[in-house]
Amino acid sequence: MSIKVRYFASLKESIGRSEDELIFTGPLTVYDVWQQINPDKPIPNHVLAAINMDYVNWDSPVSDGDEVAFFPPVTGG
Amino acid sequence: MAITIYNDSFNPYEVLQSYEATHLHSFGSIGAMSLFIGTMRDFNEGDSVKGMTLEYYPGMTEKQLDKILIEAQNQWALIDSLIVHRVGNIFPKEPIVLVAVWSSHRGDAFDACRFIMEALKSKAPFWKKELLNNQQERWVEKNSDGYQAS
Repeated sequence: MSIKVRYFASLKESIGRSEDELIFTGPLTVYDVWQQINPDKPIPNHVLAAINMDYVNWDSPVSDGDEVAFFPPVTGG
Repeated sequence: MAITIYNDSFNPYEVLQSYEATHLHSFGSIGAMSLFIGTMRDFNEGDSVKGMTLEYYPGMTEKQLDKILIEAQNQWALIDSLIVHRVGNIFPKEPIVLVAVWSSHRGDAFDACRFIMEALKSKAPFWKKELLNNQQERWVEKNSDGYQAS
């Protein structure tokens, strides 16, 4: 199974790339996704997560083909 | 109900006039329209700002804005609602956001417009990066709470 992982704004800059692909087997949460892709980087404070463009909690499960996104607090308007 | 995201500068009054002419000209039941326009300041956090770049998450931004408008439509008696938002490079005095709400009565129009704007500030995936007068760049880390006295 695979998912696309995307980063935005200051998080994209600190990670140094805008997206990753994660190949995995078995159940995985959003938190697990971060741990597997960025094992040496603690989750920065206040980072938000989304699956398929909806906000989710860190313990939400991901499925094959999902798009998972991580980004800092929003500052539009 | 509509959402538009512009890469280039827009004139909020022309956008509004055009939207009303094409979407609302036949609604005699409109008794109130509430409008919010947010523009770029030339200062923030005590520093002079000469420009900013607004990033967004294409697809998710529209999806979240759509949810906000639907929530407003469900909560108040609205005839129509509109959100317009800029992305890309923006300069002081340029419009960043427009929220317009049409209703039969002012209470619904005022309250829904405020709700939409505050929800946009806290939920819509946009991110501002400021360019200061001293050439330093910095990300805006958090929006202020619009309901608190400043």
